[in-house]
Amino acid sequence: MTDDIIDIRHLTKVFHTDNGDVEALHDVTLNFPRGGFTSIIGPSGCGKSTLLRIIGGLDTDYDGEALMDGEPIPGPGRDKGFVFQDHRLLPWLSVRENIRFALPPEHKKDDGLIQSNIDLVGLTGFEDALPKQLSGGMSQRVAIARALANRPKILLLDEPFGALDAITKIKLQDQLLRIWQSEHITMVIVTHDIDEAVYLGQTVVVMKPHPGEIKRVEHIDLGWPRQRIGEAFNTAKDSIYQEFFATN
Amino acid sequence: MVEKVIAGLPAWVHGRSERPARPEVVGEVVSGKTAQTGAVGTTEKTAARRRRKASTLGLTGVTGWLLYLVLPVAIVALWSLYGSAGQTQSYSMATPQQIVAAAVEYATDGELLINILVSFTRVLEGFLVALVAAAVLGVAAGISRRFERFIDLVMQVLRPIPGIAWIPLAILWFGIGENSKIYIIFIGAFFPMFVNIVDGIKGIDKRYFELGEVYEIPKWRFIRQVVIPAALPQILTGIRLGLSGAWICVVAAEMIGATSGVGFMLSDGRSMSRPDVVILAMLLIGVIGKLMDDVVEWQRRRIVKWL
Repeated sequence: MTDDIIDIRHLTKVFHTDNGDVEALHDVTLNFPRGGFTSIIGPSGCGKSTLLRIIGGLDTDYDGEALMDGEPIPGPGRDKGFVFQDHRLLPWLSVRENIRFALPPEHKKDDGLIQSNIDLVGLTGFEDALPKQLSGGMSQRVAIARALANRPKILLLDEPFGALDAITKIKLQDQLLRIWQSEHITMVIVTHDIDEAVYLGQTVVVMKPHPGEIKRVEHIDLGWPRQRIGEAFNTAKDSIYQEFFATN
Repeated sequence: MVEKVIAGLPAWVHGRSERPARPEVVGEVVSGKTAQTGAVGTTEKTAARRRRKASTLGLTGVTGWLLYLVLPVAIVALWSLYGSAGQTQSYSMATPQQIVAAAVEYATDGELLINILVSFTRVLEGFLVALVAAAVLGVAAGISRRFERFIDLVMQVLRPIPGIAWIPLAILWFGIGENSKIYIIFIGAFFPMFVNIVDGIKGIDKRYFELGEVYEIPKWRFIRQVVIPAALPQILTGIRLGLSGAWICVVAAEMIGATSGVGFMLSDGRSMSRPDVVILAMLLIGVIGKLMDDVVEWQRRRIVKWL
């Protein structure tokens, strides 16, 4: 029996809209091993972000079970770091103050903790910069540092690099992997980028829409350090690619 | 888009040679980046574009100042010519020279400064009371939909009643002393501030609430550190409108039952049949109003430096 941090059983989520009910997730059963890196991939409308929001406690209205460490997830909190697609930094606060803002009262004055997390995402020297002075990639790194500074048990990333250019994206993916290695933190990333899903995830969960269901769970071993090129990566990618575009 | 195309044309096509080589393109890239990822960040784009436009249209530097001042100077010059040609009678209209003379006269006996200070003090008193009231009620109505609903009808009905319409009742309530004037100024300043504070708070990016939940930010700290700063640009716009509302009302209040102030100067000038004093008072009202507006706008830019 593996040690799972997240345990999802028969999860069904229905959105009630004016045009009737929409089943965003249908009978999803899934678990995430502690310390693992899982990618969730699927076309838009497959419920992947909804799934992540339920794990993050941002959505608690569903049928079935969503457990963290064996307990139902009561709501959002610092133990479940959440990185949104937009960086969601407060524009009136500097990088340092944005991180301080998110800290619990007992760590509010811990400048060392803030600095170490700024250093961790490679933004040393930008402590006093305002978000408007940062590029999109840098802002997203601050958002990651803000989440990590709270020492979450799990880091949930909702298409965090979706709006970035290809080069920045690759750099941030590598940085994220280094952080995952050094901090031993469970990470779950939602993405619609097959390369990203395969490169980052030890496990890739492929979902399909209407209703949102799990199509396949693929385990990927790219070794360490990971390679973006070569046989292993391409084979894994091809297999996901075919699954992604399969008609059934 | 059109602008971009025009900017790309050779200088001789539209006869502007001073435009820098390719500023539009640089701006697009920088702002595109923030727009993609930023929750808030599109203003940077428009601000940059406005700056570029300002320089190419000759709105900065010496030409800018010339353009700014040519109309008032022309008006004063024409007015002087008209006056010196003997077209005005001294009991109905004054020349600029007479107005300057009146200003010197009032300044030397100290009346000018006293009137300005008296009006200014009244404005400040009424404005500050209004600011506190608008802040308390506005924040409450902005964050609690129930409270907004509770006071909405009363506010909606009171808001269209101008400060001047309150003068009779204010005199019945408070007499013709200071309190009635401050009450009228309060009315003039309160509503623009209240409305903008409520709108500013209600209009903040709802995604910040999720952020507050994820990081378990207590309610009051969230209001202080997120809601108020997010609404601050609009709150400061409200303060600017409130201050000009207060200034309009002080003049109205002082025209009735006052023995000092700029508004008193205005009505006193009329009863003395001195158009020079009347126009001097009017110009004072205009110039002081503009200066107060400039100060608030300058402070607004200084405070809201993150946009």
